[in-house]
Amino acid sequence: MSEAEPHVRVEKLVKIYGNRTVLHGVDLTINRAETLVIIGGSGAGKSTLVRHLIALERPTSGNIIIDGTDISSLSEVALARERRRFGMVFQKYALFDSMTCFDNVAFPLREQTKLSERDIREKAMQKLKELSVDHAANLTPAQISGGMAKRVGIARALVMEPELLIYDEPTSGLDPVTSRTVDDLIEEMREKFGVTSAVITHDMVSAFDIADQIAMLIKGRVVAQGTPAEVLDHADPSVQSFIRSSGVDASRFAQRRPRSPSEALAEKAIARKRARVADAK
Amino acid sequence: MADAPENPPQGLVASLVALTAPVREAVEEVGTVGDLALRAVVWALRPPYRLQLVVVQFEFVGVQSLFLVGLVGLFTGMVFAVQTVYGFRRFGAENMVGGVVALSLAREMAPVLTAIMVAARAGSGMAAELGNMRASEQIDALETMAVNPVQYLVVPRLLAGLVMVPVLTLVFFLVGLGGAWIIGIKVLSLDPGIFADRIRTLIQPADLMQGLVKSVVFGVAVTLIACRHGFYASGGAVGVGQATTRAVVWSVVGVFVLDYILTSLLTPVG
Repeated sequence: MSEAEPHVRVEKLVKIYGNRTVLHGVDLTINRAETLVIIGGSGAGKSTLVRHLIALERPTSGNIIIDGTDISSLSEVALARERRRFGMVFQKYALFDSMTCFDNVAFPLREQTKLSERDIREKAMQKLKELSVDHAANLTPAQISGGMAKRVGIARALVMEPELLIYDEPTSGLDPVTSRTVDDLIEEMREKFGVTSAVITHDMVSAFDIADQIAMLIKGRVVAQGTPAEVLDHADPSVQSFIRSSGVDASRFAQRRPRSPSEALAEKAIARKRARVADAK
Repeated sequence: MADAPENPPQGLVASLVALTAPVREAVEEVGTVGDLALRAVVWALRPPYRLQLVVVQFEFVGVQSLFLVGLVGLFTGMVFAVQTVYGFRRFGAENMVGGVVALSLAREMAPVLTAIMVAARAGSGMAAELGNMRASEQIDALETMAVNPVQYLVVPRLLAGLVMVPVLTLVFFLVGLGGAWIIGIKVLSLDPGIFADRIRTLIQPADLMQGLVKSVVFGVAVTLIACRHGFYASGGAVGVGQATTRAVVWSVVGVFVLDYILTSLLTPVG
């Protein structure tokens, strides 16, 4: 097995709004086909950090290097080309309310590909079906529940099969069962298509379930980055207190040794298979 | 420390800062609208050309404003006819009413009032819609899907302002003349032949041209100002409300300032 290859590198990222510094020199690496979960309290700068990964914000200083290209200094046109390889699931769904759910999912296909309307229909409906929201295809976002809107938002981000997917609180506002479905989907995207993911979440169960790497952000600084087990064992008292108050069962992870990505994949696949068998019973 | 807030200015400095705030705001307004205009022009020239979006905006700005603009035009023409007859009768010149009403409608009333009606109806709607799209991250979503939001959202609206405001101005002018005709001929019993003849002799192509130039400039200004406030709105529902108010206020102020500049450039006096 070859060494993990960095897909995204954030170097000394500083973001200042007016006289407020939100990010104080963040350094971060996301390896190809791995999932990095970013945790931290509200106002820690998590959303600002991921908005930089997709160039919705420009850094005050520092670099965002994706596949060797520094996207922080690209022109609007060059950036549009790069963005075809990204997808983002927004916290507040960000569905276009002037369109039906189907048209929302078909939108990136219509804008970025030359597929026929028939192929677009097929692909978009398939994604809606995978997320169990195909019955809402002809409804507008205002006519569906928050949980359904979230799934339509995820379908829209996945339909282009991007290389890098960013999820801003994908499970917030969802019931526990749907949350786990979303977790499975994030896993599946990585396993099937080798997608690199960055996930912001407050759902610690989900964080420790899907992460290859966890980064903890406190007041605009990365205080810990490593595998879930490494973060659990981290010496920093602020990390420990955050994890304790989140109620994560540390014993589940404490025994684990550091794994290679392939081992991690195998482990998770086995765990999921067991869970499915248990469900079936 | 970088997080520490700056010391707020005190005494004379504070008063100066407060006094110059509206001026600074106006300069900033001109700057950001100019920047958006430039980006809109650049993106308007680049493919893809989304005709369907343009048609939707033509309908929103043009067709949906037609009745309102016609109504305001009718009453403006009628009021103007009554006032002009009242004034001109004092020196026996009431036969000039048709020409004078036509002249003021063509050069001033039609372009200015049409632009104000469009700002109130379509401009406020644009600011609210774009503001909501900003607040609910829909504009960010467009960007992440490699669709330029200026091209997708601002360009069709700008084109609609550019084309439909002159069309609406023409409607305002014609309906206004109709209103003046009703008052002049049917109510005040002026001679229809002389009424029409004075319009023909008093109105020059330059007058119509001035109206047209103004309506084009106002159409662009009103839609750009509305888009700018919606596009850069921040702060949730309150922010969207403020953006809508500012869009209408600054559009109306902009129309009057531009009206003075254009009038002095296009009118040879002295």
